[in-house]
Amino acid sequence: MQKLYSETSRSERVNKNMVPKEETIKFLLDYSKALSVINYNKLKFEALLN
Amino acid sequence: MKKSTTTDAQLVSAYINGNESALCELINRHKQRIYSFIYSKVYDRDVTEDIFQDTFIKVIKTLRKGGYNEEGKFLPWVMRISHNLVIDYFRKNNRMPKFENNTDFNIFSVLSDNSLNAEKKIIKGQVENDVKRLIEELPDDQKEVLVMRIYKEMSFKDISEQTGVSINTALGRMRYALINLRKVIDKHNIVLTN
Repeated sequence: MQKLYSETSRSERVNKNMVPKEETIKFLLDYSKALSVINYNKLKFEALLN
Repeated sequence: MKKSTTTDAQLVSAYINGNESALCELINRHKQRIYSFIYSKVYDRDVTEDIFQDTFIKVIKTLRKGGYNEEGKFLPWVMRISHNLVIDYFRKNNRMPKFENNTDFNIFSVLSDNSLNAEKKIIKGQVENDVKRLIEELPDDQKEVLVMRIYKEMSFKDISEQTGVSINTALGRMRYALINLRKVIDKHNIVLTN
């Protein structure tokens, strides 16, 4: 019981300064560079040029 | 930190025109709000990372394919995508509920796997082989009774009928079989425990 009461509430646990990991952002930027959209007539194809 | 004067709309159009650094600027500008938003729903750092990543993968694909039109604002649009992905995550988890351990309670304290692990299985196999080899060393009449009783799980009545001896003789042979086995085990210091 003691543990239950001493726990911080859920909303307090959300730190306002939370940011994603560097790797995640790097992955997204690399993904963006690697992604190529190929237009063929009215169709669009995705290709990852890695 | 110097506040960038470029608007989201300008960055989006720059990115669509091939400027990769515009995407970097967009992500850095909004990462904290989007990340905190996702975390406030799922309360798990790893899941938040995954959903954050999936959100921007969708953003990148949509922008690249020209599917984005600057009707509203960039941030609300991205928030909507992450919100939908959070819903998808909970839907998926409802279909397959997951229990997570915390410091107060560990599910494995009430659930246990009684099956042997790989090492114990090997040891068990070795012990059983050793016992079989020891049984092979017994005199034939004792071996016969022991095999029928232990491996074939026959009653002493059935054993006596099948071997043509009295129940007492069968019991006596069983007793001597066990005594002899123990003697050999003690003599050679054989360890037969798992």
